Amino acid sequence: MFLYPFGHRAISRLKTFFSIRREPGLSPNAALYLLVWDSVSKKQPAQPGTVVRGDMLFRWLTAICAAIVILVVAGIALQLGVHSELSLKRFGLGFLTSRAWNPVIGEFGAASSIYGTLITTVIAMLLAGPAALVIALFLVELAPPAISRIVGIGIELLAAIPSIIYGMWGLFVFAPFMADHVQPSLAKIAPNLPLFSGPPMGIGILSAGIILAIMVLPFVCAITREVFMMVPDVVKEAAYGMGATTWEATRKVTMRYGLHGIIGAMFLGLGRAVGETMAVTFVIGNSHSISASLFSPGNTIASTLANEFTEASEPLYLSALIELGLVLVLMSLVVQTIAHLWLGSIRRKIGGGL
Amino acid sequence: MKPRTLTVRTSLNRLVMLISAAVSGLFLFVLAWVLYEVAVRGAAALNWSFFTKLPVPPGITGGGLANAIIGTLMITILATLIGVPIGILAGVYLAEFGQEGRFANILRFTCNVLMGTPSIIIGLFVYTILVVPFHRFSGYAGAVALAILMLPVVTKTTEDILKLVPNTLRESALALAAPRWKVTLGIVFRAGKSGLLTGILLAIARISGETAPLLFTALNSSYWPGWLKQPTANLTVTIFNYAMSPYADWQQKAWGASLLITISVLFVTIFARLALKGAKK
Repeated sequence: MFLYPFGHRAISRLKTFFSIRREPGLSPNAALYLLVWDSVSKKQPAQPGTVVRGDMLFRWLTAICAAIVILVVAGIALQLGVHSELSLKRFGLGFLTSRAWNPVIGEFGAASSIYGTLITTVIAMLLAGPAALVIALFLVELAPPAISRIVGIGIELLAAIPSIIYGMWGLFVFAPFMADHVQPSLAKIAPNLPLFSGPPMGIGILSAGIILAIMVLPFVCAITREVFMMVPDVVKEAAYGMGATTWEATRKVTMRYGLHGIIGAMFLGLGRAVGETMAVTFVIGNSHSISASLFSPGNTIASTLANEFTEASEPLYLSALIELGLVLVLMSLVVQTIAHLWLGSIRRKIGGGL
Repeated sequence: MKPRTLTVRTSLNRLVMLISAAVSGLFLFVLAWVLYEVAVRGAAALNWSFFTKLPVPPGITGGGLANAIIGTLMITILATLIGVPIGILAGVYLAEFGQEGRFANILRFTCNVLMGTPSIIIGLFVYTILVVPFHRFSGYAGAVALAILMLPVVTKTTEDILKLVPNTLRESALALAAPRWKVTLGIVFRAGKSGLLTGILLAIARISGETAPLLFTALNSSYWPGWLKQPTANLTVTIFNYAMSPYADWQQKAWGASLLITISVLFVTIFARLALKGAKK
């Protein structure tokens, strides 16, 4: 019966209500209407443009918090730029291609880190891309709903495991497994290729790439799944009606529709793989060298930062590391923008929300 | 093109189904493998002194990671207290006041950018603004780094949940002369309560497992965490340091810490998804 009381005004309204109620011959409903009329008529008639003062404060508060987010991003760009100035002036653009890394004499170059980042990311996408496609296919088309839910939850749990746990597992379990079983077999398959040459140590670029693939897969899979679910049923059923098998309908219909989104999903996975730090740091071996063999150790930008930042004593060393960070941010930004634009054009093409 | 026979087509179909099931099974096997190894190796390291004692040098038995456990809890709680209110209010701006305006669109793009920046870069940024000027690593800096990590996630979640609340609810509350802030904080939030809680819990689960932002902000320490003004012990950086060391007992402690982190992250994630799913209207 009672309207929810709004704070201290409720008490005055209660008083008004009971004073009205004492009038003989007034039913409770009539008293209620009088109460509402009473409270409304006491207020100033709202003129266009009048705003309650608390509301102004609230609007400003939310706008300030929104501005904080923007300020943080701008601050990141600014600080990275400012603190890498020393290294930028010293090395210039040659920083990106120099293979040197000698803290003692002060020679730094990003080439080995950039190479490691690119190679591990490529391996991760080559493994995770098709795997995510196939798994998304399984989840959306081929599996019965109960199994699809369980497997879906399992793949999501893969994403929930923290990166450092993958690093621990990679270093103590996966790397010995690679060294004892997988890498010797790979070396036997292609003995003359430089790709699989070198001592099978377990840790190295290949192991890092594989673990990165495991970490990136759930993200690519989730987006691919959504893309597959956006395909209109009518077209699929038309294919089935013509006698197509499940795989044929999927290939001709779903993948054609979804190719655009699948590529966008892979770009997003790429963006994540580029910045992954802890798991890669554990298994990549941390050596500033570029080698053609996938068994060799290397490093990525993120792993260099994680390993060497706390030991950087001279300002030039620190500045070179921060410049590495700047390179990483630019790489990640480029990948993200491409993914954003690509997926944005999907929205216009298919018309659904992604 | 020569038409394929029926048997070829059906066997190709069956092959693809087998491959897709096999690949899904492979990744589920990897998940089970990781969890199994963490459980087995970690359980061997967990004992009473693990939870109650300070770290000791390698080679000495006993000792534990009690300070790291408390430090992680303190840093995570502080990061939540900083990040969640700012994120929620920014999300409120996006959903209620900004909507399609230019500032709101810039904010959305910025949120996406921030979500995509590697966490180690955020640690780097906080290092330059909170560690260098004060010449000291601190737990505060670590908490701020984790809060920045949380910010875009909470903002996006809040915006999505608030957009789902029907406008009629807002309009009826406004018609009863409730001020705008009461409409949002009292009524709209109450309608989207379970979704918001899920999003916040997932964000907390995510940051409690993060290492890279803490590497050069909170660093690590062998002492009890005090007022967070100094380097603060935390589980994740401890795992990093101990695992990379050549000492077997330190590595075993790292496994114990990994088990703790995995259990808490998975528990919060599963709880957030399952327990609050039923409570959604």
